[in-house]
Amino acid sequence: MDKRTKILYGILLAGAVIAPFVGGYPLFLMSALCFALFACAFNLLIGFTGLLSFGHAMFFGMAAYFCGHAAKVWGLTPELAVLIGTAGAAAMGYLVGWLAVRRQGIYFAMVTLALSQMVYFICVQAPFTGAEDGLQNVPRGKAFGLINLQSTPHDPLFGVIPVSDDIVMYYFVLALFLLGFGVIYRAIYSPFGQVLKSIRENEPRALSLGYDVDKYKLMAFVLSAALAGMAGALKALSVGAASLTDVSWQMSGEVVLMTLLGGMGTILGPVLGATTIITMQNYLAGFGSWVTIIMGVTFVVCVLAFRRGIVGEIAYRLKR
Amino acid sequence: MSTDYILETQHLTKEFRGFTAVDGVNLKIVRGSIHALIGPNGAGKTTVFNLLTKFLPVTAGRIIYNGRDITAEKPAQIARRGVIRSFQISAVFPHLTVMENVRVALQRKLGTSFHFWKSDASLTHLNDRAMQLLDEVDLTRFADIETVALPYGRKRALEIATTLAVDPELMLLDEPTQGMGHEDVGRVVELIRKVSANRSVLMVEHNMSVVANLCDTITVLARGAVLAEGPYAEVSKNPQVLEAYVGSSEMEIV
Ligand SMILES: Nc1ncnc2c1ncn2[C@@H]1O[C@H](COP(=O)(O)OP(=O)(O)O)[C@@H](O)[C@H]1O
Ligand SMILES: [Mg+2]
Repeated sequence: MDKRTKILYGILLAGAVIAPFVGGYPLFLMSALCFALFACAFNLLIGFTGLLSFGHAMFFGMAAYFCGHAAKVWGLTPELAVLIGTAGAAAMGYLVGWLAVRRQGIYFAMVTLALSQMVYFICVQAPFTGAEDGLQNVPRGKAFGLINLQSTPHDPLFGVIPVSDDIVMYYFVLALFLLGFGVIYRAIYSPFGQVLKSIRENEPRALSLGYDVDKYKLMAFVLSAALAGMAGALKALSVGAASLTDVSWQMSGEVVLMTLLGGMGTILGPVLGATTIITMQNYLAGFGSWVTIIMGVTFVVCVLAFRRGIVGEIAYRLKR
Repeated sequence: MSTDYILETQHLTKEFRGFTAVDGVNLKIVRGSIHALIGPNGAGKTTVFNLLTKFLPVTAGRIIYNGRDITAEKPAQIARRGVIRSFQISAVFPHLTVMENVRVALQRKLGTSFHFWKSDASLTHLNDRAMQLLDEVDLTRFADIETVALPYGRKRALEIATTLAVDPELMLLDEPTQGMGHEDVGRVVELIRKVSANRSVLMVEHNMSVVANLCDTITVLARGAVLAEGPYAEVSKNPQVLEAYVGSSEMEIV
C-alpha cells in the first residue's frame, strides 16, 4: 500500500467513526455498511476470480434468517448469532459452489440463479422464515453478554455526547464490517489472491501450470458466501428483521449493480457503489415505484459514462 | 538397452460425436529430444495436445508418461508431474505485470497458494528467480509493465519463461512461432534450443525451416492418423507426406 492510499483509508476510517455524530442517521449508516460488505464479498468473485454469481442473495438472506433465528428463538448473544449466520452461509456456499464451479461462464451464473430461486421457494414455504411476514422483532441483545445494543433511552455520554443504543449498535456493525473488509483485503493481496487473479485472467493457462482451478474457485466461493452471510446477519440485527426480500433475485441483482457501479475488481468500488445506491433508495423513497426507474437510468448513464465503474475510472485516470 | 521414452501413447483416439479427430495414434517421444508434430490444418495436432494434458477426455487408448499410465489423471495432476503445455494462441495473464506472470508459476511449489490469510509480501523472495527467468528470454526491462502492453513476439517469449518457471520435464509447444516476424522466429528457435538442453520437447510447428533445424524426430499427422515418422530428411521426401500437403501452402519446404 502506498502512502496516498494509506491516507485515504485513514480519512475514510475517521469519517466512519465520527459519522453518527455529524448528522449520519445510525440505521442508515448500518444499512450502508451491511450492503458495502455484501458488495465487497461479491466483488471477490466477480472482480478477482472472474465468476459471476447471480444468486448471492441466498447467502445474504439465509444468513439473515439464521442469525435472526439464533437471536430470537435461541436467545443467543449478537456476536454468536452473527457467527451462526456466517457459518451457515459458508456451509451453503460450499454446497452451491461445489455444484457451480465446474460450469463455465453463463452456465455458472445460471446454476447460481437456479439454486437461489430454489432457496427462495423453500423460504416461502418453510415455517421458520415466517413466509410473507418474515422474521420480525429480532432482538439485538447484549454483545458478549455485556454491551446492550437494544434501543432504549439514554443519558448523554459525559453529559454532553448524545448516544443511543443505535449508535452502540453502529460501532458493533462497523467493527465487524472492518473485520470482513480486512479479510477480503488480505485475501486479494495474498498468495491465494495471486492465483485467483491468474484464473480470472486466463483459466486454461492457470490449469496448465498445475493449479487445480476448481478448488481455488470453490475456496473463493465459500469465502465470498461466508462474508455475504456476515453482511446479511448484521443487517438482520440492525433492522431487527429478516424477510423474503433478502433472499430474492432482486437482491442478487442489486449487489451486481452496486459492484458494477462502484467498479468491479477495485478495493473500494463496492463500498462506494453500495453507499451510493443505499443513499439513493433512502432519499428517493418518496417517489415510490419511480425509485426503480430513476436508479435504472442512473445505472445506465454511469455504465455508459464510465465503463470501469466510478472507482475504476478514477484509478484509471490517475494511472495515466 | 532399449530406448528411453519419456512419453508414449498407445492407440490414442478421440471422437467428437462420431467424427474421429485423432485416430489410433502411437507416439513415442525419446527423452531429451525435440520432437515435431506436423500436418495440415485440422489434422488433429492441437487435439493430441488436449488429450495428452487431459484438457479433453480420451475416447480410447493409453498415455504412458515416465512408465506410468496417466490416462485417467486430471489436467492439474499431469501438469504437476512435469508436463507443461503452451497454447496455440498466446497464453499470458494480460492484467498482471510481466514479472507477476512468471512469479505465479514459481509460487506453486511454495505450497502456500491456498493461504488467503498471508500477505503477498511472502512472495517477494521469488522476485530474483523470476527476474532470472525473464533475463533468459530477454524481458527484464519489461518486468514492471502490464503484460497486455507487450508486443506479440514478446508475449510468446514470456509464455516460455512462465513455462520454465515450473521446471517442466516435457514441454508441449503449440505453434510457438505462429504469427511472428522473421526476427522473433529466430529468437524463439534459439530459445527453444537453449531450454531443451535438459528436457524433452514436443512441438507443433508449421514453419518447416524451424522444424528442419530444431527437431530430431518428426511425426506427420493427417486426418487424425500418423502418416509418417522419422528425421526431417526422410519425412520431407516421403511422397505421401507431400501429397497430404498438396493444395495447402503451409509446407514451406526448404
Ligand atoms: N472440441 C471440439 N469439438 C468438436 N470438434 C473439434 C473439437 N476440437 C477440435 N475439433 C475438430 O477436430 C479436428 C482437428 O482439430 P485440431 O486438433 O485443432 O487440428 P490442428 O491443430 O491439427 O489444426 C478439426 O476438424 C476440428 O474441427
Ligand atoms: Mg492447432
